[in-house]
This record gives sequence, C-alpha cells and structure tokens, in this order.
Amino acid sequence: MSSASRPGHHSEVTLRVNGKPHTLRVDHRRVLLDLLREDLDLTGSKKGCDHGQCGACTVLVDGRRLNSCLLLAVTLDGSEVTTVEGLGGDGDEPHPLQRAFLDRDAFQCGYCTPGQLCSAVGMLAEAAAGHLSHVTDPAAPAEGPVPLDRREIRERMSANLCRCGAYPRIVEAIEDVI
Amino acid sequence: MTGFGYLRPGSVQEAVEAYAAHPGARYLAGGTNLVDLLKLGVERPALLIDIGRLPLDGVEELPDGSLRVGATVRNSDLAADPRVRERWPALSQALLAGASAQLRNAATTGGNLLQRTRCPYFQDLGKPCNKREPGSGCGAREGVHRDHAVLGHSELCIATNPSDMAVALAALDAQVELYGTDGARRLPVADFHRLPGEHPERDTWIRPGELITGVLLPAATAGVPSAYRKARDRASYAFALASVAVVLRVADGVVDQVGVAFGGLAHRPWRARHTELALLGAPATPAAFEGAVDLELAHAEPLRDNAYKVFLAHNLALDVLNRLAPAPAPA
Repeated sequence: MSSASRPGHHSEVTLRVNGKPHTLRVDHRRVLLDLLREDLDLTGSKKGCDHGQCGACTVLVDGRRLNSCLLLAVTLDGSEVTTVEGLGGDGDEPHPLQRAFLDRDAFQCGYCTPGQLCSAVGMLAEAAAGHLSHVTDPAAPAEGPVPLDRREIRERMSANLCRCGAYPRIVEAIEDVI
Repeated sequence: MTGFGYLRPGSVQEAVEAYAAHPGARYLAGGTNLVDLLKLGVERPALLIDIGRLPLDGVEELPDGSLRVGATVRNSDLAADPRVRERWPALSQALLAGASAQLRNAATTGGNLLQRTRCPYFQDLGKPCNKREPGSGCGAREGVHRDHAVLGHSELCIATNPSDMAVALAALDAQVELYGTDGARRLPVADFHRLPGEHPERDTWIRPGELITGVLLPAATAGVPSAYRKARDRASYAFALASVAVVLRVADGVVDQVGVAFGGLAHRPWRARHTELALLGAPATPAAFEGAVDLELAHAEPLRDNAYKVFLAHNLALDVLNRLAPAPAPA
C-alpha cells in the first residue's frame, strides 16, 4: 500500500490551490468544495445543489472542469486546483472572460457566476483540444479545434444553471473571448 | 454521511486483496455517482478503495483490430478518442449524450457501467425500495413511474439502468473485463447487467470484490456503421426516456450485420435479439425495419403512465435504422 493509506477516518493531503501549496489533515468525507470554502476561506466557489447537478461549484483540477462538490479531497493529493479567485493569475487584471462577463452584464444575482466562469475556461480548452460535443457534426474532422457557435456553447455549458436566466448574455460574453 | 476508511492500493492485485480483507468496501474512481450516494445515505461503506490512480487509464489497439479501453479512462477522453469516433461512432455519440461536461471529465468507463439507477424511490431513504432495502416494497410501481421500465421488469422492481454508454457497448458486442481473487474473466456487456427478478438489489453479474479492469471493443464491429439516438425531457443534460444504439451493415440491399440495443426501457441495456434475428439476411427496407422493431416491442409491458416509451423507442429505432441503411442503388 502507498503511504497515502490510512486505517482511520482522516488523512493528510497536499494540494496546490491557485498556485499555493496547502497541506491539510482532512476527514475522508470532506469534499473539495467544503475544503475550499471552510478550510481555505476561498468562498468564490458556491454550493448550489451539492449533488453535481447545478454547476455552481465548478473548479479546474489539473486543468479540467469538475464539480468540486463530488470530489473527495483525500483523493486529490498532489493536484493543482484553480478556483475563480485564481483565474486572473498573480496580477490585478481579471481573466478576459471575467472582463467579458462584466462588459456584457452576464449575471443578475451572481451566485452561479464563479461556476460559469470556471466552466467556460474549461470548455474553451476542451474545444481547443478537439473534443466534440453532442451537437457537433459527427463527420467533423477528428483533429484540430472545434469551432464554437452559440449552439455549441449552450450544449457545452448545459450543466451550469442560472436561476436568474442570464443565459443569453452568458453566451454572448463567452463569444466575446473566442 | 458516516465516516469511512480510505485506501489507495498500488496495483489491481492489491485492490482486490484489500476488498477481500474488507468485504463490503466500495471501489472509488470518478465518484460522480458513489459520492452522491454517500451523501444521500444510500451507500454506507466502512472503507473506500481508491482505484483512480491505478494504471487502468490507457486505450490500446490490439493486433486483431480490437480496442482495449482501461476501466479508469474518463468518459470525455473516450468520447474524443479518434479511433472510437471513427470505428465505433455509436459509443462516442452515446457518451456525449450522457451527463454533462463536468461529469464526463470525472466519470470513468468502469464506473459508468456500475452506476446505480436514478429511480427517485431508490435515492430517497424515506421511501420503500426493494433495490435499496430488499423486502421494503416498491414505491414506484403504483407511484410516480413515468420514467420507469416497460421491458423485463418484475413485481419487485421497475427501475431502469441510466447509462447511455452501456447501451452503445451492448449493441457493439463489447466485452467487460473483470478481475478478482479468483482470476480474470470476461462477460459481454449485453449480459453484464441483470433483470431485476427476485433480486433487484443486484444490478449486475459482478461478484463481490471483482474489479472492472477494462472494456474490449471488438474488431467485428470496427468500422461498421453505427449511431446512437436519445430522447429526453430537455435538449441537454438529462437521462434517457428512451434511446437506441444501432450497428448496421448492408450488402447488396440485404442486412449483413446488425446490433440493436435500447436504453431507458429496462433494468439493463436491452439488446433487441428479436429485431436482429428478423433483420439478418432480410432486405434493408423501411418496411422490414418496422416489422422487426415491432417484434421486439411486442414484448413490452408498460405501466399505467409510461406506455409512451414504447412508441418513442419504436420511432427512435426506425429513424436510426433508416438513417444508417444506404440509399437503394438507382434502377
């Protein structure tokens, strides 16, 4: 067994969050979302449904967008996590997508926005890597980036709910950075 | 959620030995279903065995033209694999029709096959459910069952299997590779899931402690035209009301090879053997397709509120069969 194995109900994990290393002793029940919010005071990531259905908790783990409410922290030892607080990098400038959301007024209450932003960043990387979606023509070339029109964006962002219904402007904001 | 231990074995052998030492433990990979069931209290294991870092994440071409997909390959990566897109397109389409981008980035091939039903009575500890608690009754049979089974259900359980991926794998004659303390074995994906019968608490024929190590896509269906179509309540991110995967090769106007499987209709992906037998060697015409599909769906036993599924499945299957059949040669 690896050194990560422990017979009890707690283990030590080391994660990098927005570039900074953190070593914590976690209850095995701890999900990443609660670790971020409760242990690291990074309250940008939001708890909506807590069951992977609403997307408000979406963060990037090793560059992939995931529902942080469904990830047990103990499984993430050595991972690199990026939350909405880290999207802009070290500088004071927001990420271009954050700027586009502001310019387009792509929210009302804002509760879903951090998840929308992290999800959109992940989506842009997936399309650039050639990942097709349910609405992509299956006959599309197997290599190269997939062009993102509104239909593609709506399908690919379908697991980020916005109860205020700001979807048209969210799509426009994403189109601005493509 | 009750507390649990956590082990991260270094090999498949260590994983199955860990289970043997801790019967009732659960293997954890992507966790998209299991972690949710832990939160709901449906699953209460004393130990999780994390298989997420075992070297089961490769996709490998074998000399005979088959493709071996490791159990922890993520659904998103498998859907995007150029070999899958080109040679077994129904699988890529089924994966992309399932769940959401975030979930597909976490969910694994093995976990997808072992996901539990989303029957709301199964997920609610306050409701009776023979699958969750044998002997407690079925709340859905006389309750809310619009989404439930129309084929192969039993007095004890009318739940459906929620997977899109498994439907495509069943039609494509894929096999699931299992490993346990008794050694390795393979089962056709089409026979991997059970009908509920007297034991709805058992979803599959997997033995306690056995681990899915991979899925084999056979050479026999490589490059054969295939497609998946799914009907659901929303345009995206919803489970199938009904779905169909079709594998169809036509030579000189006659059906030369065929595989048809329905999703959303039963406790397992429903391989339509009656349809296939009727079609093999028959002319590839809309009339022949319709007759063959009806032979299968004649076995349906809809419940009070879900007869619509039979018509839906009928139309989905005919659409995909007609789409895959080449246009008749001009006279």
